[in-house]
Amino acid sequence: MYQLENINKTYERRGQTVTALADSTLSLAEGEFVALVGPSGSGKTTLLSMLGGMLAPTSGRILLDGNSLYDLSVQDRTRLRLDRIGFVFQSFNLIPWLSAVENVQVPLSLAGKSATEQRQRATELLDRVGLSDRLEHRPSELSQGQQQRVALARTLANNPKIILADEPTGNLDPASRETAMDYLSGFHAEGRTIVMVTHDEFAAGYAKRTLRLINGVVNDETKAARAA
Amino acid sequence: MNLRSLIWKELRQRPTPMLTSLIAVTLGVTALVAIQNITVFSEQAIAQKMENLGANVLVLPPSVSLQDYYAADMHGHTMPEAHVTQLALARLPGVQNIAPKLCVAADVDSIPVTLTGILPKSEFQTKSSWQGLALLSNPVGSERGCCETTGADVSTDNDPSSLATTRTIQELGKSEVIVGADLAAQLGTDLDDRLNLLGEEFNVLAVLPATGTIDDGRLFAHLHTVQRLSGSGPVVNVIEIMGCCEDAAGSLITALSSELPDTKVITIAQVVETQVAVNSLMSRLSWVFFSILLLVGGASIASVMYANVAERRREIGTLMALGATPSYVTRMFLGKATILGVSGGIAGFIVGTILAAILGPQLLGVSVQPMPMLLGIGLVTACVVAVAASYLPARRASRLDPCLCFSDS
Repeated sequence: MYQLENINKTYERRGQTVTALADSTLSLAEGEFVALVGPSGSGKTTLLSMLGGMLAPTSGRILLDGNSLYDLSVQDRTRLRLDRIGFVFQSFNLIPWLSAVENVQVPLSLAGKSATEQRQRATELLDRVGLSDRLEHRPSELSQGQQQRVALARTLANNPKIILADEPTGNLDPASRETAMDYLSGFHAEGRTIVMVTHDEFAAGYAKRTLRLINGVVNDETKAARAA
Repeated sequence: MNLRSLIWKELRQRPTPMLTSLIAVTLGVTALVAIQNITVFSEQAIAQKMENLGANVLVLPPSVSLQDYYAADMHGHTMPEAHVTQLALARLPGVQNIAPKLCVAADVDSIPVTLTGILPKSEFQTKSSWQGLALLSNPVGSERGCCETTGADVSTDNDPSSLATTRTIQELGKSEVIVGADLAAQLGTDLDDRLNLLGEEFNVLAVLPATGTIDDGRLFAHLHTVQRLSGSGPVVNVIEIMGCCEDAAGSLITALSSELPDTKVITIAQVVETQVAVNSLMSRLSWVFFSILLLVGGASIASVMYANVAERRREIGTLMALGATPSYVTRMFLGKATILGVSGGIAGFIVGTILAAILGPQLLGVSVQPMPMLLGIGLVTACVVAVAASYLPARRASRLDPCLCFSDS
């Protein structure tokens, strides 16, 4: 699905060049559940942003189903994200002044779905994550775990094939963490590709493949373990 | 849900930051609408008044400076009544009526009043030397230098109250007075009552309808009676000349100046010039206020929008990650600006119109009506200012990095 060819990403900070990713070459197959682990500042979120079509590499190519992601226009990449990629965030990133159902409706609205379709689909998804009784609640009226479930429902709105998750359990208590990971696991079981950035060993345990980033260099731990 | 409902929801949930900008825009439109409204209707009222007065010309003593047409005889300076005869004999083209006046102070029951001597038209007609001229009985026509259309009907019927509008009267006896509306109310006098003036008894011939002018506080009596009682001799303070139409006034004033070189001849247009100039100044000032307040509003909107973009960075990043294009984000902010402009435009029009309706009668004595054209101007300008002020913040928002959606960005 994803092909990363000699990816480099550097930033200029106060006159100094900081390397976020160094000459990384990687393949991610369709239907994989990948955990990106590593210390803070190792380049995990940078890699996730690149996979999401939101951050161009300094050099190298990222192919998605054979198409070079950053040779597409901004509009095409936006459309691709809308149709094929779902995001899960550590802080849930719900819009505070919209209700739960309206938050789930946002990607559907962006995709041009009718109001009826939006409402129907959003209700179904919230029902699926056990929040059918919280449709009209605002994020501030929901617990952290419930907010993450709204965010998970929103991720599925346009039925994406790829889910990119950034520390999805970072702000959750143990019970909610398990629930969130169960849902993500369920999404994977439906054939979706999941790439998850995490510091959480428990969450990483759900993944079938672990990539460790250290100083911008990717090490495929699963492959190494198999080789060993 | 769509872009429009998203904008409305955000505005409804967080109205406070936009309130200052809305007030500034509303004030700008209010100032324009209120002042323009009053100015336009005031100009219309003046035009109407001028039309009612016809092509009036005033002949005054040379030392007089005049600010108010209705107080033309209140300056205390006099000139010989012989000028009246001279004018009548001159047969100047365009002259419809001649109305000399003399104004003196008097009192009735210890109430000070202004007694104005006027010469009824019948007085002219009895003078044999003028009868041949048929000055006042001939219809208006080109043979007398008049144009086809008249500015006003200056013919006088026998109703004494016609003095209020036509400035002349057909009949007035030597012991008769006509009382202005306000003075009649003050004296408690009515038709056929008796009044003692300067030691003589007068019969009230008529009470004039209210005109909103200084005439409402006057007493009118026969010119020769006033001259006799005041001991002023055969003099007048002013000679009003009713021209037969507006077009005749231009040439008439030249002819009058030649005929009476030792007098001051001015037209009604010159008298109202000051008021017209004030209106014009108000009109220009309204645009200045409008521009300043809209600039303040624009600056306020820009500032609030920049703050809004900064405040919503992660929200915008998230929307972009979820599939919002840069143009969608731009439209989100410009849409909000448009709502602000439309709301400010409509609110400003309503407040301005109400203000004009209240202040118009109080300040200038004119009643005003809503002017839909000002709604259009206010709406369009407010929207243009709001959208222009929001353009740069909106563009900044659309260029935000979508990676802002991540926690450590």
